[in-house]
Amino acid sequence: MSHDAAAHHEAHHPALAHHFDSLAQQSEATTLGMWVFLVTEVLFFGGLFATYMIYRSWYPDAFAAASHELDVTLGTINTVVLITSSLTMALAVHAAQLGQRKLLMTFLILTMILGGVFLGIKSVEYYHKFAEHHVPGPDFQFEKEYIRHAQLFFSLYFVMTGLHALHMIIGIGIMLVMLWWSWNGTITEEYSSPIEISGLYWHFVDIVWIFLFPLLYLIGRHAH
Amino acid sequence: MSSHILPKRVYYTIFAILLFCTYLTVQIAFLDLGALNTVAALGIATFKATIVVLFFMHVKYSTRLTWAVVLGSVFWLGILLALTMTDYLTRVWRHYG
Repeated sequence: MSHDAAAHHEAHHPALAHHFDSLAQQSEATTLGMWVFLVTEVLFFGGLFATYMIYRSWYPDAFAAASHELDVTLGTINTVVLITSSLTMALAVHAAQLGQRKLLMTFLILTMILGGVFLGIKSVEYYHKFAEHHVPGPDFQFEKEYIRHAQLFFSLYFVMTGLHALHMIIGIGIMLVMLWWSWNGTITEEYSSPIEISGLYWHFVDIVWIFLFPLLYLIGRHAH
Repeated sequence: MSSHILPKRVYYTIFAILLFCTYLTVQIAFLDLGALNTVAALGIATFKATIVVLFFMHVKYSTRLTWAVVLGSVFWLGILLALTMTDYLTRVWRHYG
């Protein structure tokens, strides 16, 4: 550590890594690093969206017919649940920035609960798909006309919502760590970066769903 | 701390707009607008994503470097989707050649 950095009063903060001049600089670098990671996530999901775009442009009728088999009510409820979890996450970050520890922990718990509700509803939907033989494979049943291309839709449905759900599970794991750090005093008014970048991750997962919902659940709904 | 602390009402306002947009996107899906159905669905989703990025994710108040990275993700995604479709959407043309 240089004498200049040591002279800086923030250098004494236990959360300040030695290669940063100040907590503010460290926080900016942390945010930037998280965004660079999120770019890779955008392109990771982007490949699936590109696949979806190609097959939907090739087989629009099969995609519309298959989309009708999804439950719009459950999909809409889940969208509302996830948006609400993004609000509680934003409020958790707000509480962290103000050093309101109890409020922060409350909002983290609420975010996790809402994430759990989302996954619960999603598993009910998956259960229905298995019961209805809408899982691609030898047992797949559908109108004969669309049977091959509807499987493409449902393959994309399971891969895209499955990867999204995996991100939610990881997100809940991250929130558990954040809850632990909030409880043991690691997170302070001066050092709220971990909560902020966990929030970025959570909101990103919300954005993926914002696109998945209309693309999977709402195709050609007016026709029936 | 350099981070900009937003008043809570900003979050509540964005939340209300997001809920309204969700209602709107479901309602529009049941109207027959032809090709505009997809345009409306993606337009609303893009708007929702934009306000989440700007306010919930604080990008509106972030450094220019963060802005560049965020816009970069949109740019590269655009390349991925657009260049892929220049191939797939033009494959049918060879039947007329």
